[in-house]
Amino acid sequence: MQSRLKTIRWQGIATPLVAVFLALLVGAGFILFVGENPLTAYRILFMESLGSVRNIATTLQRATPLMFTGLAVAFAYRAGLFNIGAEGQLYMGAFAAAWVGFTFTALPRLIHLPLAILAGMIGGALWGAIPGFLKAKLGIHEVINTIMLNFIALYLTDWLATGPFHGGSWVPETARVSASAALARLYPPTRLSSGIYLALLAALIAYLILWKTKQGYELRAVGLNPQAAEYGGINVAKNTIIAMAISGALAGLAGTEQILGLHQRFIVRFSADLGFMGVAVALLGKNHPVGVLLAAILFGALQTGSAAMDRLTSVPRELITIIQALIIFFVAADYLIRRILRMKEEA
Amino acid sequence: MGDILALLFNTAVFGAALRMATPLIFAALGGIFSERSGVVNIALEGMMLMGAFTAMFVSHQTGMPWLGVLGAILAGLLVGLLHAVFCIHYRANQVVVGTAINIFAGGLTVFLLRYYFGAAGTSPSVATIPDITIPLISQIPWIGRIIGRQNPLVYLALIAVVVAHIVIYRTSWGLRLRAVGEHPRAADTVGVNVFRMRYLAVALSGALAGLGGTYLSIAHLSRFSEGMTAGRGFIALAAVIFGKWTPYGALGACLFFGYADALQMRLQDIGIPTQFMNMLPYVLTMVALAGFIGKSVGPKASGQPYIKG
Repeated sequence: MQSRLKTIRWQGIATPLVAVFLALLVGAGFILFVGENPLTAYRILFMESLGSVRNIATTLQRATPLMFTGLAVAFAYRAGLFNIGAEGQLYMGAFAAAWVGFTFTALPRLIHLPLAILAGMIGGALWGAIPGFLKAKLGIHEVINTIMLNFIALYLTDWLATGPFHGGSWVPETARVSASAALARLYPPTRLSSGIYLALLAALIAYLILWKTKQGYELRAVGLNPQAAEYGGINVAKNTIIAMAISGALAGLAGTEQILGLHQRFIVRFSADLGFMGVAVALLGKNHPVGVLLAAILFGALQTGSAAMDRLTSVPRELITIIQALIIFFVAADYLIRRILRMKEEA
Repeated sequence: MGDILALLFNTAVFGAALRMATPLIFAALGGIFSERSGVVNIALEGMMLMGAFTAMFVSHQTGMPWLGVLGAILAGLLVGLLHAVFCIHYRANQVVVGTAINIFAGGLTVFLLRYYFGAAGTSPSVATIPDITIPLISQIPWIGRIIGRQNPLVYLALIAVVVAHIVIYRTSWGLRLRAVGEHPRAADTVGVNVFRMRYLAVALSGALAGLGGTYLSIAHLSRFSEGMTAGRGFIALAAVIFGKWTPYGALGACLFFGYADALQMRLQDIGIPTQFMNMLPYVLTMVALAGFIGKSVGPKASGQPYIKG
């Protein structure tokens, strides 16, 4: 029994590692395809993402929004919900934060910055609560609704930032947020912002809510078995809405950090799949806050290193997108990996 | 008022609507086959993108656009098989695999685009499939101007809808397909090979979505550009739901979404932002799911891996 438990725990860590290894292996095939040496390409990828303090700072900057979206997907997952609407919640949060940032410019920093962050959380939470509500009250599966809401948010913020709140320049973006609402840059000239502290705090709070509160116990109970939870006196409908709202708030924070930290204005379609990558990060991190942080750093590192790899070799930087997709394939097919591992044990 | 009516019932708009609907129709039919077999397919977007790239690439290499069509069907089929292997064989979460395929296709197409054609986000111009004129039909007033002269792929899409309807509702293969999607255990008991049906359906789904992508890169336009499907795979998914998982229903939804798309530019002139028209398919699908326009309910076993036992 003891050794069986140990095996399960070991497999929990082994599966993601094997998945990353397999993805890099298949990625090497793509590198060979374009006529480069995989070892050279991967060495550049590693050195340029983690080889110096400055590179590490850039890696963390790239990882920050993924930490939030990864936490968002993982939090919903723990409550038995599949939130692939992080992309849309991110946009709504981002716009709300930007709006507070460029509208209430007379406020002192001490009030303005927290207010903008709060707005970002609320924007994401409301957008996340919609599919939660539709599932709780009408029993509609959240996957389709979150996909639809992604596009609605994309076009809605597109309209807001090019119509009523257009910044006046020829580019599709709003006015700049005032300095009083901007997150501090931690390590110039890299663009790492103090948003990373928010991400770490969010991970801690997500952990505490899920495993140290009665609310979290209820959420996880619903996630494990909604019928049993309902029978045990837990209000499944209420918990579904709460889980989606908190998940949405976390995704909204991803957008908030990108706006107040990186871009300092709302730019139409700035996200480039940060929300969808959150699915990958959550899966790889086994839907645990610590795992999510580590997975986000890995993805941030891959993205950071890819620019240099693109510059120094003939490997297009999209190799990294392919590798990230492969990681999802392999983690999702943990049935396959478990079989591979078992074969090794038996051999 | 007369102006608005003239705008809404303009043969040029209807013709454009039919063209806009064509890639959606192919992909939506693909979605129907997959979902009817019990496999959720949110990877239509990625499958279309692979089809669009392959069609352009083959046409560029051979100068023969019809070979490009074949190539795209094959590419879509392969991506479909990839989806099938992970969903059916490895019992992976179908939504997760779909997400992975979409990311994968987005990365791979740009990877290949940059490797073969340099840094630009667009391929060179390639040979396209020319429009054809249907003799008698083009003579009919009004209707002739809408469907008399179109791309062969437009006609093929309309034919495919009828064929799909017959296959699903009038053949024993279609009956088995529906059985596998509604109640795989029962189908298995009476001797239907659930795995094989699902593999076939998902591969067919990929092939059809790939064909939809073809229209974008070598018929509607003459090149591939980064992310050129621009969410059409998801609009097709919306059409599947809006059309209640039936070919004719999906056709209606695609035509309506295509019509909204064709009207965009004209409505912008009278003050309706294009983004609102872009949102329409997604908003309507949510409304349809919520049951306000006749409840949409999908195949029962959709999304669940089948474990033989």
